[in-house]
Amino acid sequence: MSRDLSRRAKLAFYGALLVLAIPFVFPTWWMVTSSLKPVADIFAFPPQLLPVNPRLDAYRRVFELQPFGQQYVNSLYIALVVTVGTLAVSALAGYAFARIRFRGQNLLFLVVLAGLLIPSEVTIVPLFQMFFKLGLIDTHWPLIVVPIFGAPSVLATFIMRQFFISLPDELEEAARVDGLGRFATFWRIALPLSRPALGAVAIFTFLHSWNLYLEPIVFLSSPEKFTLPQALTQFVDAYGGPMWDVQLAAASMTALPVLVVFVIAQKQFVEGLAHTGLKG
Amino acid sequence: MTRTDTRVGPVEARPALGPARPFWTSRRRDQLTGYLFVTPQLLGSVVFVILPLILVVWYSLHEWNVLAGTFDFVGTDNYRALAADPNLGAVLRATGLFSVGLVVLNLGLALLLAVLLNQKLRGTILFRTVFFSPVVVSLVAWTIVWGFLLQDNGGVNGLLDTMGVDGPNWLRGEGTAMLSVIVVQAFKNVGLNMVLFLAALQGVPAELYEAAEMDGASRMRQFRRITVPLISPTILLTSIITVVGSLQVFAQIAVLTQGGPGASTTVLVYYLYQQAFQFHHFGYGATLSIMLFVIVLALTVLQWQMRKRWVFHES
Repeated sequence: MSRDLSRRAKLAFYGALLVLAIPFVFPTWWMVTSSLKPVADIFAFPPQLLPVNPRLDAYRRVFELQPFGQQYVNSLYIALVVTVGTLAVSALAGYAFARIRFRGQNLLFLVVLAGLLIPSEVTIVPLFQMFFKLGLIDTHWPLIVVPIFGAPSVLATFIMRQFFISLPDELEEAARVDGLGRFATFWRIALPLSRPALGAVAIFTFLHSWNLYLEPIVFLSSPEKFTLPQALTQFVDAYGGPMWDVQLAAASMTALPVLVVFVIAQKQFVEGLAHTGLKG
Repeated sequence: MTRTDTRVGPVEARPALGPARPFWTSRRRDQLTGYLFVTPQLLGSVVFVILPLILVVWYSLHEWNVLAGTFDFVGTDNYRALAADPNLGAVLRATGLFSVGLVVLNLGLALLLAVLLNQKLRGTILFRTVFFSPVVVSLVAWTIVWGFLLQDNGGVNGLLDTMGVDGPNWLRGEGTAMLSVIVVQAFKNVGLNMVLFLAALQGVPAELYEAAEMDGASRMRQFRRITVPLISPTILLTSIITVVGSLQVFAQIAVLTQGGPGASTTVLVYYLYQQAFQFHHFGYGATLSIMLFVIVLALTVLQWQMRKRWVFHES
């Protein structure tokens, strides 16, 4: 529908876009500005769009009330390990399902695909019991190995397979004529070409891990092992009421770094995910 | 292939070995590589998906008392308890309301945003970034901020007040709590569907619109007769993703309403969590897991069947 518009239509479209943008921009704005306000000003009426007496007190208290630095490191390293692990597992499996012929291939692929149909919430009770028996409750193991090898990586494998299927046969034949074995063909020819797919998988895997909430609250109980989403909800006063300034400061510190990275690299993000969605 | 074979010797020695060909032919080696490559994913699927699915069926046939350390076979007792559960109606109603509300709001808004961004306008990249940005914001952080905004004296009512409207206590009202959860979730993820729609819209050939314009078809009519049918595969895809995703909602409920007021926002996964991990009814939690699985499976199959009826073409 990319046709030239009249002036009037253009104004109407801009007006609609601006109004629609409010619920997308306002929460982030209100989060950051409120985190800089003293509690009394947070609920001031009329609302202060900019803090009148900005201060960083809430940011200091975030670190006093919980081992927030440690929790930040937990979330970051778990997400990074899960991303790298998922890339390895899904690239290998996706490549084999797409380009190598072996007996039972279709059946094995169906077994893997089952993971797409089964929401992780369905299996949380038995997974809890499995890790309980292994003595791995209140460790990071369940948050790392299940996403890398289990259901969350199945979508990644599927995306990688779709990508590898589209590679032209001639490339691999040339590699074989040059005497490269299967692994070398995969590692030196196919993998470097699959960068767009790897990028998309990396982005959504990282975000998925960074956002997990049910799994951490089921598997973890010590505050120094918590991940960020779980930690954010723990800033409450003696009566269980949220300490708003501190919660908002912690939420800002959780949301803003990813948001900044996104704004810088938004083209890759958006197109990568659009690509994934269409193929997946 | 014996690439490691570096022997220097008479080539004629080989045929003397007779018909016994090397076991590791390149074909066999290739097959082995295939199995090795899929092993991590396959083992993971068996250990973390298939086995737990079998276990969840097994557990649902048991009464499991963690504190007493008992694990007794009770047959279909849990299923009978499920059928008689006084909360079941409310839970299914909340789950259904959330799914329907989210799909309608999310897909409608995504399509509207995509159509707006598909116009020849300056700054569409900026708006696309804005609408997409909540997708990358941490879910719990986003939900906490909305919880803050939706309080009785929070930002939303503050805004409404300046317009002279007296807003309700959104998260504490029976009717408004569910609406709030749906809206918060829709804004969080609408960017994903919007991007998918945008890609689909850009694939619609411009000649079709030009022809329709010459026939005097209005914009609305063009949208209904050309745009919607041509992007229907994407509508199907996004609706499956959104419906299945909506059944898994948990963090938003846990942070915003804790299932209340009453049980008005107690969706299935939240109820499952309460039963299994707060009340330690693991057997009953397993039964609820199976119900969730059956619903997801049924909806996916149903939508897949429906594609024949309303999807214009499949590529």
